[in-house]
Amino acid sequence: MTEASTARVYGLHAAVVAVLFALNFLLPDYHHGLFARILVLATFAMGYNLLFGYAGLLSLGHAMFFAAGLYGSGLAITYLGFGVPAAFIAGLVCGALLALVVGLLALRTSGVAFMIVTMMFAQALLLTIVYFNQWTGGDQGLVLQQASRIVTIGNASVDLTVPTVRYVAALVLFAVVLFATLAIVRSRFGRVLVAIRENEERTRMLGYDTFANKLAAIVLSGVFCAAAGAAYALLFGYVGSNFASVQYSILPLLWVLAGGAATTLGPLIGTLFIYYVTDIASSYTSAWLLIVGVALILLVLFAPKGILGAVRKRWIRWLP
Amino acid sequence: MAFGPHLLLATLEGLVTAAVLALTALGLSLVFGVMRIVNVAHGEFFMLGAVLAWAVATALGTHPALGFVAALIVAPLVVGSVALLSERLVLRRLNYDPEATIVATIGLLYIIQQLALSFYGPEARPVTPPFSYRVLLPWFGYSGYKLSVIAASALLLIATWLVLTRTKIGLVMRATQYDREMAQAFAIPVERVYAGVFALGAMLAATAAVLIVPISQAHYLMGQDPLLLSFIVVIIGGLGSLRGTVVAALLIGLSDGIISMFFSPTLAKLIATLAVAMVLVFRPQGLFGTTAR
Repeated sequence: MTEASTARVYGLHAAVVAVLFALNFLLPDYHHGLFARILVLATFAMGYNLLFGYAGLLSLGHAMFFAAGLYGSGLAITYLGFGVPAAFIAGLVCGALLALVVGLLALRTSGVAFMIVTMMFAQALLLTIVYFNQWTGGDQGLVLQQASRIVTIGNASVDLTVPTVRYVAALVLFAVVLFATLAIVRSRFGRVLVAIRENEERTRMLGYDTFANKLAAIVLSGVFCAAAGAAYALLFGYVGSNFASVQYSILPLLWVLAGGAATTLGPLIGTLFIYYVTDIASSYTSAWLLIVGVALILLVLFAPKGILGAVRKRWIRWLP
Repeated sequence: MAFGPHLLLATLEGLVTAAVLALTALGLSLVFGVMRIVNVAHGEFFMLGAVLAWAVATALGTHPALGFVAALIVAPLVVGSVALLSERLVLRRLNYDPEATIVATIGLLYIIQQLALSFYGPEARPVTPPFSYRVLLPWFGYSGYKLSVIAASALLLIATWLVLTRTKIGLVMRATQYDREMAQAFAIPVERVYAGVFALGAMLAATAAVLIVPISQAHYLMGQDPLLLSFIVVIIGGLGSLRGTVVAALLIGLSDGIISMFFSPTLAKLIATLAVAMVLVFRPQGLFGTTAR
């Protein structure tokens, strides 16, 4: 890879982040709020993409990692009186530990069994959350008080409930995960993951420890998703079992498929696209699930590579 | 009530669950075994069967028994056609690629669920049982209909087993399951077998739903639990093993009935879910299955 192409790739990603930052000042109120949410959910999708797009492992249980971050930070604030930074880290640790345990067990299987095992673990987490509804609030959820969502650094205090602060915080998280993904994908480790996706047997024969690499991919993916979950709890102040349901395992799959699996910017494009399609559709009809269903089938039938996947194939070959 | 009768009641309830579960899971197992795909929309075929049963019984409005029998014929046929249509329009075009099929059937799940919500509504609606005879036991009276559900399910399971092992259709299905390419080389119309198996699987789920709907009501979200439980049964029982499916359904149904009677339903589901994940992790071929080829 030449230096020019490296500069071009990083330049493109920096430009995307810059545009998103400019939108902070340009967007009208309603879309401003929507974009903050989309940035957090796109981070979730990027975590999913690392495992599904690059390592080729289709998980149907990623809601559990999002929920681990969400509840890890939400419960730490509610019951342990953690501050915002400590709660965020608590969420990350929960996600990493869960991903490690699930990875160690689930990676003993592959293919269809892997999908079902991940789905079962996610379901078990959801049932656990419902079972302990005394503390978790069950499907009612918990609301985090505004006072607990203010970060104090020295004399300055940052209130995460202010829309602009919320947007910038979401963008910072998004940018960090975006550049982390980019760096991973362009590293040796990232190439090994793609090799495992393409032909696991051959990769193993070439002397790579495929199990360790896949486990690392699951843990990283889990940490990214947990970061999105923790940020969601802290920025929007709500923690509910709905986010641990099967639906939130399916949605990142849908976003990634729509935007283009194994493209760094695909998750953002896909999340934006699907979020706005359902948003516009739900202003006409309450049957938005129908649209999600039809979109999934059409995507898998006619555009299995997603929006950016098609763009890369036709026009911009250097897109990472 | 003393512990003994309590346990008997829990066992009976568990048997009803097991009977319906065995039928539903058998549908999933056939599709899973013969076509090597996971049908995530299987639970929605179950739900569709229940909703159609309510629609047919209400539309006829005559004697409950007549409406029920009509539902028992119409609902599986309609659900089977829906399955056939989706197989033709979507699954065949995907060439039964396992991952693409999962995504597509998730899409199908949402579509069917939303259509049920839009046309049937969010209410849970009951269907009158065809008869209301109560069997009087020394300790409590028990619904005769529930007992007949167990019997009907057992009959259907035996019938399916006979078809699979004693007829030409069954032979062709087993041949396709064993080796798809070799079957094709021997002029078995594999695509038609796939279409038939997919429709048959959906019809089994719909029949199970019609049987259960006089006991638990029809609701547009009722497909989720049967889907998960069927997965559990199919995995524990082993792929494509009819005997394994029945034994696992009994195991899950009974333990579900007994644990939910004495503890909490959520705990029962939690234990079952984790147990299955562990079975899959440590014994991927299931408890009765043979190693996958």
